[in-house]
Amino acid sequence: MIEAILSYEFLQNAFAAGLIIGIIAPLLGVFIVVRRLSLIADALSHVTLAGIAGSLYLSQSVASLALLNPLFLGIAASVAGSVLIERLRSLYKHYEELAIPIILSAGIGFGAIFISLAQGFSNDLFGYLFGSVSAVSREDLLIVAGIAVVVLAFIYFFFKELFVLSFDDEYARASGLPAKWIHFMFMIITALVIAGSMRIVGILLVSSLMTIPVATAMRVTKSFKQTIILSIVFGEISVITGLVTAFYFDLAPGGTIVVTSIFLLLLVIIYKKIMVSLKKGAIA
Amino acid sequence: MVAPLIDIKDISFEYEQTKALHNISMKVEEGDFLAILGPNGSGKSTLLKIMLGLIKPSKGKIELFGVDAKNFKNREWIGYVSQKSNSFNSGFPATVEEVVAGGLAKKTGLFHRLPKSAHQQVAEALEAVGMQDFMGRSVSELSGGQQQRIFIARALVAKPKILILDEPTVGVDHQNVQAFYDMLASLNRDKNITLVLVTHDVDTVTDRITHVACLNQTIHFHGFKEQLHTMSDEQREAWYGHSVRKIHHIGGSHA
Ligand SMILES: Nc1ncnc2c1ncn2[C@@H]1O[C@H](COP(=O)(O)OP(=O)(O)OP(=O)(O)O)[C@@H](O)[C@H]1O
Ligand SMILES: [Mg+2]
Repeated sequence: MIEAILSYEFLQNAFAAGLIIGIIAPLLGVFIVVRRLSLIADALSHVTLAGIAGSLYLSQSVASLALLNPLFLGIAASVAGSVLIERLRSLYKHYEELAIPIILSAGIGFGAIFISLAQGFSNDLFGYLFGSVSAVSREDLLIVAGIAVVVLAFIYFFFKELFVLSFDDEYARASGLPAKWIHFMFMIITALVIAGSMRIVGILLVSSLMTIPVATAMRVTKSFKQTIILSIVFGEISVITGLVTAFYFDLAPGGTIVVTSIFLLLLVIIYKKIMVSLKKGAIA
Repeated sequence: MVAPLIDIKDISFEYEQTKALHNISMKVEEGDFLAILGPNGSGKSTLLKIMLGLIKPSKGKIELFGVDAKNFKNREWIGYVSQKSNSFNSGFPATVEEVVAGGLAKKTGLFHRLPKSAHQQVAEALEAVGMQDFMGRSVSELSGGQQQRIFIARALVAKPKILILDEPTVGVDHQNVQAFYDMLASLNRDKNITLVLVTHDVDTVTDRITHVACLNQTIHFHGFKEQLHTMSDEQREAWYGHSVRKIHHIGGSHA
């Protein structure tokens, strides 16, 4: 495997991007999960698809845009989607969750139209939906790395504010933290991570890489910091195992990564059950 | 004279359908231990939220520490324990220490990491609420009353000058309620922390407070608790409807 990575540039790109995503997706995912925003991640990934399909259509019909990397419009669509979700959430104060199906359907709707307009997109479509080991270009990798720098800086500098906001947003506002602004930044960062992760795990499975490792970590951790570290560990194990299997058996990496993470989740649940019954046995 | 810590000037507030507060004026001076009393739905929580800047009054003005609330920057001087602090999502993976340290976020400032002394400060705040042995425990494994004490510790940790508490003892057992109010009284007396407390535990707080405000959309009484007996029966009736008997003896017993 190592030899293959050293000799093929596309594998280097896929593995480097995968390792980066394995850190940032679960890291941001911890905040997404505790703030109960998992479905928003799903909605945004579908909006990203619309942006990518739109970009492919544009690059076919407008000659000067022929070489445009579809990730850029994907990112733009995702960020716009996150802003729209916030708008809708404040419009439907008592039905905040309505914003999610609205944006999700809009994403799929526009996506479907652009996909049918763009000629021959169906070949690439599979890769965009479920990820791909071979399609990650150097430029994609650089974009992912750039996104990672932004995400890590944001979380490093606003960690305590993000924590307080996630735990109890009324308290965050009452204590004078710039809660609104940080939440807004958080949504944009989420949109970036989703667009960035999409190349490897695919649109349909991006949100799983943000939530399943976190769900797994939360079974066994006590503190917030532990949850973050363990989520990243589970995320990386899933990405590495998933990419290797995908490469050897010619499978979609989104599938193998997510199935690995589900497998880890089951293992941890069983481990926890056994530990609990052992403890009970010891007491009895 | 020092400016009042909170100066509410003729404010009104209504939710979409409901009128909640009407022409309220009220000052909280340094050193006061004020209890805001009133029946359910009388606007107590709303008034506290206005003091905290969580909602904007539709009319009127608030000054905090002599500064217009809009321009007031030192929010860390104000500690807050909300009515339903247990409305935080209960499975949250965090330790007691992490949650209480959240109370230092504003004071520490944007772009700064929590200071090394945070651990010690958290330990002291936990000691003040009798939870020092729970520092490393996960918050989701605590009882409702224990969680409530953690939120009080979070409000105390930044050493606020004024503490605003909305029914902080809901879910705290009787014995600990006594201990809790003793703790508040000593914060007020020894550390000169001003206290604004919304509560229904009238009998328990009477001995410890200095001031009372009787609220039901408008202020029906505000002053030293010893003066409460000057309220007429009609005023009491307007304030609390029929269930006033319980409150009657507040002013009386200490007058
Ligand atoms: N978010 C809200 N939206 C609409 N109306 C509200 C809202 N919160 C409170 N109200 C209404 O405003 C009025 C005052 O409510 P508030 O919560 O301030 O009362 P309270 O005195 O704190 O009551 P309690 O003793 O039950 O805590 C009530 O009539 C209530 O129905
Ligand atoms: Mg209330």
